[in-house]
Amino acid sequence: MELFNNLIFGFSVALSLQNLIYCFIGVFVGTAIGVLPGVGPLVTIAMLLPITFNLPPIPALIMLAGIYYGSQYGGSTTSILMNLPGETASVVTCLDGYQMAKKGRAGPALAICAISSFLAGCVGTLLIALFGPPLAEVALKFGAPEYFALMVMALVAASSLSSGDMGKSLAMVVVGLLLGIVGTDVNSGMARYSFGIAELSDGIGFTVVAVGLFAISEIVKNLESSEQGEVFTSKIKNLMPTWKDLKDSWWPTVRGTAVGSFFGVLPGTGPAISSFATYMVEKKVSKNPEKFGTGAIEGVAGPEAANNAAAQCAFIPTLTLGIPGSGVMALMLGALTIQGIAPGPQVMTSKPDLFWGLIASMWIGNALLVVLNLPLVGMWVQLLKVPYRWLFPSILMFCAIGNYSLNNSSMDLYLCAILGVLGYVLMKLECPPAPLILGFVLGPLMEENLRRAMLISRGDPTVFFTRPIAGTFMVLSILLLIVMALPSIRKKKEGAYVGGGGDAA
Amino acid sequence: MKTKLSYNLDFLAGLLMICTGAVGFYMALDYPYGSALRMGPGYFPRVLAGIMIAFGVWIGLRGLRTQEPVKGIWGWRPLFWVTLAMVVFGWMMERAGFVPSLVALFFIASLAGYNIRWKEVTILTIVMILFAWGVFVYGLGLPYRLFWW
Repeated sequence: MELFNNLIFGFSVALSLQNLIYCFIGVFVGTAIGVLPGVGPLVTIAMLLPITFNLPPIPALIMLAGIYYGSQYGGSTTSILMNLPGETASVVTCLDGYQMAKKGRAGPALAICAISSFLAGCVGTLLIALFGPPLAEVALKFGAPEYFALMVMALVAASSLSSGDMGKSLAMVVVGLLLGIVGTDVNSGMARYSFGIAELSDGIGFTVVAVGLFAISEIVKNLESSEQGEVFTSKIKNLMPTWKDLKDSWWPTVRGTAVGSFFGVLPGTGPAISSFATYMVEKKVSKNPEKFGTGAIEGVAGPEAANNAAAQCAFIPTLTLGIPGSGVMALMLGALTIQGIAPGPQVMTSKPDLFWGLIASMWIGNALLVVLNLPLVGMWVQLLKVPYRWLFPSILMFCAIGNYSLNNSSMDLYLCAILGVLGYVLMKLECPPAPLILGFVLGPLMEENLRRAMLISRGDPTVFFTRPIAGTFMVLSILLLIVMALPSIRKKKEGAYVGGGGDAA
Repeated sequence: MKTKLSYNLDFLAGLLMICTGAVGFYMALDYPYGSALRMGPGYFPRVLAGIMIAFGVWIGLRGLRTQEPVKGIWGWRPLFWVTLAMVVFGWMMERAGFVPSLVALFFIASLAGYNIRWKEVTILTIVMILFAWGVFVYGLGLPYRLFWW
């Protein structure tokens, strides 16, 4: 019954008044900002990250996790009401959610969204508590070659299974790895890629990259044209779904949770692919698939559950292995590092209050979401009406103050502007920024582990294939690369994303 | 259909990668390479830069074949004002204090938008500065001078 003891311990941490308040603030602020059109979870977290650094580690992470769920739920609200997905994962919610809103059923769509997300979140939280400890135990036995191979696999999976072009995603990983090199080399003390600038010898700040790549480029993209979507605000009357809605949503929610949990645990895959996959599954098993795309509640419940389960389970590799699976998780990992906690399997034993407190707070956060969102939907809808010309300078303000507050250095803002330009150009060239930030976070770790592995093996690169665990990871990565590059599979993947209406990805 | 090179999606992406890789490789030549057994600080960067160039060549050539154009328009104007607002804010924070820097940020950033209404911008600036003061200076206790005195 260790599991229950651990969970009770976690709840005793998370239910302290201070942590509860930060969880609430996180969920509330996350939803409020996530609801804003054109602001996805990545942007929300990137812009609020620096604020949390002024808190102690546990409340900071609890608040960040809250921000994450909140912004995700907020994003679903925007998708349903405005047909504007804030991120790839909510593209699917748009398909049937927006159609439901058009038919005047926005209320039930939003309610089902909250309910199925909550159910999936509960399962996800339990899975982390169940599988986290044994996985960490395994990971403690990993040596440098295993870690290096695992990182290779995570990066390959993240780039080949995402919605973007595989070649470009892989190239972006390499750009991220290169950016991660900037700064003083730990082994030789040599400043690399510092251009003689003193501030750069400490490396590029993590938030600088996150804000520049995600927030600035997103703002500029939204300002390219002056279009605005249509909001269905007047039609939200009866929020409660009917009995039939609930019954129709039950199995899609269960299936979505299963699919989402599966993809969430795999390093490198996340909410986006699981919501697309669930939509496909639902369409396949449905007795009348033709109603999908015209406002089927199954098309909202399933993907939303998958989305949330994946988001939840993505914490498993991040917390136990120290390997983030998505852009958001990379941000979480960066937050841990800045708090002075080296991510990895030892976190669970050295900081049990942080690990179990965070898990318990995830459940609390999910519960808060339901409590908060059902009555407050009206307020979120009002937020949707705020014109973008007021929003973007305010978002920029958060980014600017947040970035400045970390080191009180102007250089961080100049760098952020440069990365903003880079981020925008990359976005226009359809080079996805998420693999870049993954590479950036993992870069220094990868170099270190490569070095150590080579020392162990006396310079023999076959070490990555002769050690069983490392070899398995490497072979899986290579297989994944080959399979995803096959023309027939590539077409299928494109079809899956496009068939899901994924052009906004 | 023939796309102009300046709008050729993959060609531009490839070009950018080749340039990044080339600069990265050139700079890494100054760092000792070492050997696979004892990697110097130049080993990892050079390998990565090499991979980068390879990707760039592949994607660039693909662009010449597929001729796929960049979607939408280049938003250089908003990009200019938004990044300028960040730079000016950073520059002024060290010299002029919290309030003037934020005023500059809001007014410069607003130039990135459409249908600029200066009265609205002024009100927004005042409201958000009060909010920022409440959250960052009063709430989080960040030690910033409000003005230059």
